[in-house]
Amino acid sequence: MSPDDILRIDGLTKIFFGFRALDGLSLHVSRGEILGLVGPNGSGKTTCINVVSGLYAPEDGSIRFDGAEVAGLAQHKLVHRGINRTFQVPKPFMQLSARENVEVAIAYGGARQGEVDAAALLGSLNLDAVANRPAAELNSAQQKMLDLARALATKPKLLLVDELAAGLNPAELDWVAAKLKEFARSGMSIIVVEHLMGFIEQVTDRVVVMNAGKEIFGGTLGEAVQDKQVVEVFLGGGHAH
Amino acid sequence: MPRYAKHILFIVAPLVAAFAILPFAYNNQLLLFNFVLFLTLAQGVNVIYGFTGYLPFGYVGFFGAGAYGFSLLILHLHAPPLAAMGGAAVAALAIALLLTPLLRLSGAYFSIANLAAALALMQFISNPNLEAITRGPYGVSMTGVFNPRLAYTMALIVMAGAMLVAVWLRNSRFGLALQAVREDPVSAAQAGVDVPRARAYAWLISAVIAGLAGGVFAWYVTVFYPENVFSSDYSIFAVVFALFGGVSTILGPIVGVLILYGVYNFIGFSTPQYFQLIYGALIMALVLFLPQGLISLVKRRGIDVP
Repeated sequence: MSPDDILRIDGLTKIFFGFRALDGLSLHVSRGEILGLVGPNGSGKTTCINVVSGLYAPEDGSIRFDGAEVAGLAQHKLVHRGINRTFQVPKPFMQLSARENVEVAIAYGGARQGEVDAAALLGSLNLDAVANRPAAELNSAQQKMLDLARALATKPKLLLVDELAAGLNPAELDWVAAKLKEFARSGMSIIVVEHLMGFIEQVTDRVVVMNAGKEIFGGTLGEAVQDKQVVEVFLGGGHAH
Repeated sequence: MPRYAKHILFIVAPLVAAFAILPFAYNNQLLLFNFVLFLTLAQGVNVIYGFTGYLPFGYVGFFGAGAYGFSLLILHLHAPPLAAMGGAAVAALAIALLLTPLLRLSGAYFSIANLAAALALMQFISNPNLEAITRGPYGVSMTGVFNPRLAYTMALIVMAGAMLVAVWLRNSRFGLALQAVREDPVSAAQAGVDVPRARAYAWLISAVIAGLAGGVFAWYVTVFYPENVFSSDYSIFAVVFALFGGVSTILGPIVGVLILYGVYNFIGFSTPQYFQLIYGALIMALVLFLPQGLISLVKRRGIDVP
């Protein structure tokens, strides 16, 4: 593992009822890098995030984070080590206010006391006006931002962003892209799973293209679109071999 | 003034004071004792259901365990009642620890398994082969400890303790974490909460509250049978009272007990022939029109209910 890498995944395998959702996946993320994880539906992108964030334990393989093996650790332990995520469909605590949603993560997420200010964090994500409203009353874009706020409240070193851009309008997309770049500049590493290629191009330094649970390409998005195997996977309608 | 201090000063203190004074003004001591008992149990249900979402249909198992924990220490070790109250708490705690794996279940599966566990515990204690230890199906009769006044005072202390637990949960980081777990366990873990541990703590606290209530019941009556202290009525009443008022608040279970148990007794005395009809209709109306309890009427107006 290079000292620049915060995350290195080797031979990661996850099997659901005989289906190999991850089939020996290997990839790495450098400190302060934004990595795009792309691929057709069912290629294993979200499963990768679910396994790295501890939602599922892998059957095989290694996940080294910040110099230590973390494969199979419980979600909250990974949060304390510095890995957090957002969800494809946001999952805020619906009956709690936006402020309480963040306060739980500030209290339990492993950040030092006083390191994260709930009001400032909500303000930075344009949620200050709805801070005291139950999350259930927020619109879907606000719920996505609240999901992000909860993750940021734990001061992650690695942020896993699962389709944050879906459903946002162009202005919101630009704003979110600028935010992610700002986080990366502060040293946070980010993996972005996204179907919107324009957004991927805008925010990522490098992409990993996945198909059938494996990495089939690693490089810039510009290089990826020139790659025959990648093109075949996206346009050919079948799994590349 | 901090919020928790307001809750103690304006909710817990007046309630305890009222039930401390009422025996001097009202003759039906048993009714007052039952009110205190149900206020305690409803708040205990609130801890596990209101703050974590586990509906404990077998909650009476802890009550019964507490009653027997108290009684066995009196019968076999001749312990003083105050020390035997510790036995009540320990017995309920032991049963809760034994049943901790049930927390892996959710929804109706948890409720059914919890109910089955309470029934199994009653059958175990009622076993005639255990007569030498538990008195089996023949029931417990304690001599030398009958002291309704002291038992009532202890019931008040236990109720105050249960209320203070609710105040703590309503105003603490831990209470907020439990509510997060209730709302979405996956997201709660993502906020850094150790979900299984948080649930287990709430479960154990809730069990101890019911165990102490069972202990104080045993002390108050001194003679009882297994089916008295393992009656599913305790579980059902405590759950219905808590739901009627509104869970995950301090006030909800209090309001639920005072109104619903009050109505229960009023109908029971005034028109016993219509008792089950009226009471059943009330509960159906609650489920249909106010699933979040009476408190939700106030919450809907944007008022924060303690």
